[in-house]
Amino acid sequence: MLRTILIGVLTLGIAGTAIWGYQEHRDKNAILINAENNYQRAFHELTYHIDVLHDKIGGTLAMNSRKSLSPALAEVWRIASQAHSEVGQLPLTLMSFNKTEEFLANVGDFSYKTAVRDLDKDPLSEKEYQALQELYKQSADIQNELRKVQYMVLNNNLRWMDVELALATNREPQDNTIIDGFKTVEKTVEGYNDTSFGPAFISMKKEDENFQHLQGEEISKKEAVSIARKYTGFNGDVDAKITENGKGSDYGFYSVSIRDRKTKEEANMDITKKGGWPIWYILTKDVKQQKISLNDASQKAVKFLKDHNFKNLDLFESVQYDHVGVFKFVTNENNVRIYPDAITVKVALDDGRILGFSAEDYLKSHHVRDIKEPAISIDEAKEKINPNVKIMEDSLAIIMNDMNEEVLCYEFLGVLNDETYRIYINGENGTEEKVEKLHQAEPIYEDIV
Amino acid sequence: MKKKLLLLKVLLVFLLCTTIIFVSVDKDNMAVQAFSNQVIQHGAVGDDVIELQSRLQYLGFYNGKIDGVFGWRTYWALRNFQYEFGLKVDGLAGPKTKNKLVSVSQYHEGFVKEQIRKGKKFTHYGGVDLNKQTGEKRKQGQPAPAAPNRAPAQNQQQRQQQNRAPAQPQQAPAPGQNAPKQNVPQKPTAANVPSGVSQNDIRLMANAVYGEARGEPYIGQVAIAAVILNRVQSPLFPNTVSGVIFEPRAFTAVADGQIWLTPDEQAKKAVLDAINGWDPTGDAIYYFNPNTATSAWIWSRPQIKKIGNHIFCK
Repeated sequence: MLRTILIGVLTLGIAGTAIWGYQEHRDKNAILINAENNYQRAFHELTYHIDVLHDKIGGTLAMNSRKSLSPALAEVWRIASQAHSEVGQLPLTLMSFNKTEEFLANVGDFSYKTAVRDLDKDPLSEKEYQALQELYKQSADIQNELRKVQYMVLNNNLRWMDVELALATNREPQDNTIIDGFKTVEKTVEGYNDTSFGPAFISMKKEDENFQHLQGEEISKKEAVSIARKYTGFNGDVDAKITENGKGSDYGFYSVSIRDRKTKEEANMDITKKGGWPIWYILTKDVKQQKISLNDASQKAVKFLKDHNFKNLDLFESVQYDHVGVFKFVTNENNVRIYPDAITVKVALDDGRILGFSAEDYLKSHHVRDIKEPAISIDEAKEKINPNVKIMEDSLAIIMNDMNEEVLCYEFLGVLNDETYRIYINGENGTEEKVEKLHQAEPIYEDIV
Repeated sequence: MKKKLLLLKVLLVFLLCTTIIFVSVDKDNMAVQAFSNQVIQHGAVGDDVIELQSRLQYLGFYNGKIDGVFGWRTYWALRNFQYEFGLKVDGLAGPKTKNKLVSVSQYHEGFVKEQIRKGKKFTHYGGVDLNKQTGEKRKQGQPAPAAPNRAPAQNQQQRQQQNRAPAQPQQAPAPGQNAPKQNVPQKPTAANVPSGVSQNDIRLMANAVYGEARGEPYIGQVAIAAVILNRVQSPLFPNTVSGVIFEPRAFTAVADGQIWLTPDEQAKKAVLDAINGWDPTGDAIYYFNPNTATSAWIWSRPQIKKIGNHIFCK
């Protein structure tokens, strides 16, 4: 009797486990397939877009009339950016995918810049035409390689998830076709490194400016620590740690970390080796309550910058986040605001201490500029603006335009339908360089029903 | 009995006198009492801004939402006010501007605060019954009630009117009831957000930062946020914050689900710092933890510096 019951219970148990296991297995598969589909979609879309990209670039090469060239280039730009986003959806660490992405970025930038330009006045130069041909050739090669991979994927029923699973369990994937295929693509593109994209492309990599305008002698570690101490304003005993930059950095800097032994407050900053300029500074400290106004804090920020020899700066934006004030300054030279020279200062609204500042942009771009008088008058500039905009303020400014060049502009603050805009009109030729809608406060959603 | 009555009368008269004197003496200080003594400027948040917006709306200069954030609409309204009333036009609410505001407008603090607390739509125009200004009956998109059409242009006339007599009496709490300010912290209904991002973007980034680096020092967290932003800028990565974060296998926290832990305040602050321009990494676009990194490839990246447990690379 007991035996029969036991056998019955066990049988039921085994059957139950089997059913449960099967369901788990099915669920897992469903999820796997779902994920796999996402990868497949991204991958196939990518190959499709590269196909289209190739054809479209080919089309632009054959075009003669400028009128059709602009929209075609815009189309190329659109497709390139789509393909770019699809590359981003594929598993990253399988291999470095940098070169393919860079190629797509280059195509995108080139086509955008040429598409928005008035090609009637300023047609494609010989060099740009060559660059376009070069891009066409490269897209052909990539298309070719990608098609090969795609064929193998379809023919051998390869799955991205297999690669993923192998990675998750730290095994080498058994079938490396996908990886190998992409490695070939990558290698193909790598050969293009030396392509010349014409002068417009020099400015694309803005981040490589490496503080070239900095003045001053190389400083020692000791000097760096004393500079950092000056910024922190710690009075008592401190523990200071200093490290040099790693080999991968484009410029030399020291990282200094200072800790006040008494208050346990910690401050960190990076200082350039050349000239000992502060790149950024952060004091870690809690601010619990607001005791001073944003206005008082802005004066503290101004004083702080003056005390540390940053001159001719204009406060152009002040914002309060909880109990912290953040202030943005730009250089003002003879009443011309120079926006690339920006410094941000953060002030605690309890005791008015400086919580941090960031001068990276300023140090990278600040140099003596030869600012010319604008060629057009302010009234001429105003005529270029949408007549519905009510102009409230005007001034002169230097900004970076879409091509990443510094241009002298008339800056207008205007109002249209309750929104405030900053509008920049090029002082040389009256082009509308930039129209920027200024940010309003955003409602906090959690309480709104 | 009569004596007592007389005494009472005398006392009453005396009391009345003193209050009058007191009030008249106090009149100059009133303004400062209404607002706190801070100079209110663009970007500020808090009770003073609520009062400023309410008073500007009372006079018809400000038609936006009373949300306690000094944005551009408040700025232009204040400047118009300063212009119309012959003050220095600087967009700062200093002592003079505040005094002027207080003397020509009313502020129904109790009403405004209550509406804000209840999360109702409301307005605070002068000359309109306050009870008609709560938004319940008013549908969205409909213009403000009963045209308090005192646009700045017509304000010349308005000003004379107001100089002659105090504004029409209204129902609801008298203006004098500015009383001691409640110290109950008001929950803000709006917040400043750096341009180009939304609060949701900040939250998403804070999630990623918290998932990736919750044990790290503060600057280590700023650094992670900075790397995300550097990737958005970089031609090698997707061009959106979410694209970068959800790029498969880019962040371990995304892969193992830790990104969905609720981030703390510090992570949010770190993200704000990074968005506002702090980059402790020296333009890094990769980072890894040398103790747990499994990919050999990552070691081949040129290293910039180490913050906490992470090495940051180009």
